[in-house]
Amino acid sequence: MSTATALKTLIDIRDLDLYYGTYHALKKVSMTIPEKAVTAFIGPSGCGKSTLLRTLNRMNDMIIGTRIEGKVEIAGTDIYSNEVDVETLRKKVGMVFQQPNPFPKSIYDNIAYGPRLHGTRSKSQLDEIVEQSLKQAVLWDEVKDYLKRSAFSLSGGQQQRLCIARALAVNPDILLMDEATSALDPISTLKIEELVQELKHRYTIVMVTHNMHQAARVSDQTVFFLNGEVVEFDNTETLFSNPSDKRTEDYITGRFG
Amino acid sequence: MSILQDANRKQISNRRKVDMTLHILFLIATSIGIIALMALLIQIMMDGLSRLNLELFTNYPSRMAAKAGMKSAIVGSIYMVLIMAPISFILGVGAAIYLEEYAKKSAFTRLIQLNISTLAGVPSIVYGILGLTIFVRGLALERSLLSGALTMTLLVLPIIIVSAQEAIRAVPKARRDASFALGATKWQTVSRSVLPSAISSILTGVILALSRAIGETAPLVMIGALTFVAFLPESIMDQFTVMPIQIFNWVSRPQLAFHELAAAGIIVLLALLIIMNISAVMLRNKYQKNV
Repeated sequence: MSTATALKTLIDIRDLDLYYGTYHALKKVSMTIPEKAVTAFIGPSGCGKSTLLRTLNRMNDMIIGTRIEGKVEIAGTDIYSNEVDVETLRKKVGMVFQQPNPFPKSIYDNIAYGPRLHGTRSKSQLDEIVEQSLKQAVLWDEVKDYLKRSAFSLSGGQQQRLCIARALAVNPDILLMDEATSALDPISTLKIEELVQELKHRYTIVMVTHNMHQAARVSDQTVFFLNGEVVEFDNTETLFSNPSDKRTEDYITGRFG
Repeated sequence: MSILQDANRKQISNRRKVDMTLHILFLIATSIGIIALMALLIQIMMDGLSRLNLELFTNYPSRMAAKAGMKSAIVGSIYMVLIMAPISFILGVGAAIYLEEYAKKSAFTRLIQLNISTLAGVPSIVYGILGLTIFVRGLALERSLLSGALTMTLLVLPIIIVSAQEAIRAVPKARRDASFALGATKWQTVSRSVLPSAISSILTGVILALSRAIGETAPLVMIGALTFVAFLPESIMDQFTVMPIQIFNWVSRPQLAFHELAAAGIIVLLALLIIMNISAVMLRNKYQKNV
């Protein structure tokens, strides 16, 4: 309990409504996400958890017909205001996708892609970033002798850790993970879960998962979504052991979803 | 009765007969095309091989078959492609990038799209008329190499645009997402993620379009490329001829010797086309290895 109060709020979402055309995908969503902790979004398919995740780095902007009402503040700044450049936002809020999606380039160039976008040219600086990022993603020892090899030569789990390293290379504060382990085998999944435990000391992590056990294992806070609404938001331990809403209880005990 | 013995063997044998009949029909359909092509090639080889010598490449056209060559036509064709290639690449790929990545999907862009697809099927002579009106007369470029190259650029543009669009569309959305999620702008995403993935297919499309232009005659006849050019173009404003026009000229003469020359010319043209197609395949393989 004490941890939850000690943590500082980093992301503040207030009365957020999101529409895809006429479809009301998120309904009056409000929550605060604490700094340097893992927050998990759970819920059945189509409940809006991925949609909310994608509003945090404005990837929804690219879907035609998306309309947003309400506020999303990160560190006190409304990310949908004119003062925020979406490029800067996405640099600060990194994202890892469901399917590992490395570029058809070398391992080195995959990691260097982000820093190069933002203007880092110096070879020694890039070398340093590549090494640090791969070390943080616990991939360095496996690939340090093959940095020039294609990223496609890696296994699925290694590719996903490469994508995490690539996201870390632009020095974000927040890392969004959209069902990042659902395409991986159990051992690779475990490695990524361990990695998340490491990374939360330096980064704020928000993960979408449809694996409740993963949320219970990895996260500090859990948010349960249903039909575009937040049903319950609490410390993971409390939410799983003593849910206050009947629907949450039904979902985590496997009665639906 | 064993489970593997079916009482209805007659029905199965009928199904197999249908299978076999269609197999043979498809084989015949394929063979007709190949046999016709082989017959054509053999005919041309028999006619032309005796004339396929160094003089064909070093001599200018002449009224005497013994002295005639197609130096000016070969050089004209090569120059034309060298002028066309960069212009049609930049315009075609630029249009494809705009339509696929930047344009909003509105009724207007759908109309443009429909127009481009239709233009790819417009008879080439129509482009000749267009080139005559715009380049030869309108811009007063006269019957120059530049007029010819620009006209041919118009002819191949729709083909290049459509094939480049397909190549760009084939790049997985996940690769764009990965780039955008790192804070890339649209152009950074297009230039660093989309184009490197699509470039081999784009280049293949461009080369195939250019090889179509090399074989085209009608638009150039329309804009007035000459059939008898006894000099090499020294600037892009000079008059010129190209291989298919030279071949057409030789074929239309009554003497047998000129028909042999025409056959030799066709062999050279075919060889050039095969080289271009092979280089398209090699380019594709080279880039695919890097992927």
